[in-house]
Amino acid sequence: MAALSGQRRLERRWGLLMALPAILGFVIFTAGPMVASLVFSLSDWKVGGSLEYAGLDNYARLGGDDLFWQSLGSTTYYTLGAVPLVMIVSFAVAMLLNQKVRGLAVWRTVFYLPTLVPAIANVVLWIWIFNPDFGLLNSLLRQGGLPGGMWIYGESTAIPSLIIMSTWGFGNTMVIFLAGLQGVPRHLYEAVSIDGGGPWHRFWHVTLPMMTPTIFYNLVVGVIGTFQVFNQAYVMTEGGPNNATLFYVYYLFRKAFRESEMGYASALAWVLFMIIMVVTFLMFRNARRWVYYEMAGAR
Amino acid sequence: MTTLTAPPRPKSVAPVPARRGPRKYGKALTYVALTAGAIPTLLPFVWLLRSALMQDSQMFIAPPQWIPDPFQWSNFTEALTAQPFGRYFVNTVVIAVVSVVGTVLTCSIAAFSFSRLRWRGRNVVFALLLSGVMLPYAVTLIPTFVMWQELGALDTILPLTVPSWFAGAGGGVFNVFLLRQFFLTIPFELDEAAYIDGASPWRVYWTIVMPLSKPAIIVVTIFTFIGTWNDFLGPLLYLNSEENYTLSLGLASFQSIYITQWGYLMAASAAVIAPIIALFFFLQRYFIEGVTLTGIKN
Repeated sequence: MAALSGQRRLERRWGLLMALPAILGFVIFTAGPMVASLVFSLSDWKVGGSLEYAGLDNYARLGGDDLFWQSLGSTTYYTLGAVPLVMIVSFAVAMLLNQKVRGLAVWRTVFYLPTLVPAIANVVLWIWIFNPDFGLLNSLLRQGGLPGGMWIYGESTAIPSLIIMSTWGFGNTMVIFLAGLQGVPRHLYEAVSIDGGGPWHRFWHVTLPMMTPTIFYNLVVGVIGTFQVFNQAYVMTEGGPNNATLFYVYYLFRKAFRESEMGYASALAWVLFMIIMVVTFLMFRNARRWVYYEMAGAR
Repeated sequence: MTTLTAPPRPKSVAPVPARRGPRKYGKALTYVALTAGAIPTLLPFVWLLRSALMQDSQMFIAPPQWIPDPFQWSNFTEALTAQPFGRYFVNTVVIAVVSVVGTVLTCSIAAFSFSRLRWRGRNVVFALLLSGVMLPYAVTLIPTFVMWQELGALDTILPLTVPSWFAGAGGGVFNVFLLRQFFLTIPFELDEAAYIDGASPWRVYWTIVMPLSKPAIIVVTIFTFIGTWNDFLGPLLYLNSEENYTLSLGLASFQSIYITQWGYLMAASAAVIAPIIALFFFLQRYFIEGVTLTGIKN
């Protein structure tokens, strides 16, 4: 028994020691800044000025800030467009690839390739694709006898254009869907076939219910990620035209690092945090109604 | 890739012959649909390469030309020497390598502690760390920036690399989770045998668990590398002088200067994309495994 307690002591000592970098990292780079950010948001701190308590002034100011509402609207519009579109395209392609196609690895590589393009190279490439004079899209449209569009340079077309662009990178979501599809037990399909059910029955009564956990995962990750869109606004549109693509994090970035309003920008950050918390909470609560877990708690 | 291919259907399933007709059509339709999806997926790449190798005069012809004539290879040499892209490349590699080494080491050490050592409060601490993943990066952005400013570390690689040496602080905690899940699948008898022989936990970690976890470590390596390689906001905030720029930052600044020089812009973009695509083709299996792992374990 003495040996065991010696072992226990050894594990306790080493356990804490080895977890220390992670714990310190959490304190220094997550918990600390989180508290600091909350403190900043309650101050009227501007770079170069002193930190003075301002209560909820920043938050009150948000209500009357048209650009705040504008950025919230743009970001919501973008998220509501991009997330479902990416999910539908990914799911459809994953279904196709799950049909025992020949050359699966090649197809998968083709569809995965765009996700590998570094964000800024992606943005530069799409600026050229969207170019109204000689870009790929308008060139093709004109060749087909159609009028070209203004794409990211038009106030009403800017966000739809960015949604199209985001759809190009559906590969990650697709690979996750594909793995989910390949995990659906085959005997369920066979049971439907034996009962005389066709492809539609197989899809509606087996594939879709069995895929709901994967769909839910991609939905949550997609919404949280998309809501924090930044690069496109910074490099492609600078929030324009006429603030049409003034995305939330870009607006926050401008307030903090261009206008040096650290206090106000911190309030923006906390409002973003709250929004993401509430939306995630709602998604999880709603999930009980449609997400099917074969063995509750198994994951 | 065999693991991802569906097992063949047993031949004995009765309705197969009766359905051969529609099934054949279905198969053909699948390939038609896949091709229809592959064309718009690949078209931007074709457009990128074609523009990177074309003279300006040919680029502005309508209807659009697809084959460069002549092949303007000088777009690459001129774009890549117009700004010190070689320097940017080295900077990016340095940041990526330092981050990857830090992340892999500290995340695996933490994952070892959270999966294979028993200590009081372990699960509470782990849950707390994981909750940090939920935090939007915008919340910690400003105080973290102010902290590095106070430390006088702006325009150095420290703000971009030091967090990774604390178990990839912030979003990097996800790697701890991933590695922990993997470590839990390694038989615990191996540890017990080693402890009986008088090994220390460090020795068990380094000589038993790590060598058996290569696939998971490769996955963490790849995703950390790509994450750092592609990062834009970090370098944008912390690096000011041009000699410290990363490729992403360099490309963005190049874009703002050569705003209408499409040949140069596409050549520079292609050069930034190429290393990642090359990496992918070497390590393809691990990429797909990694994405799958991240999706399924949740």
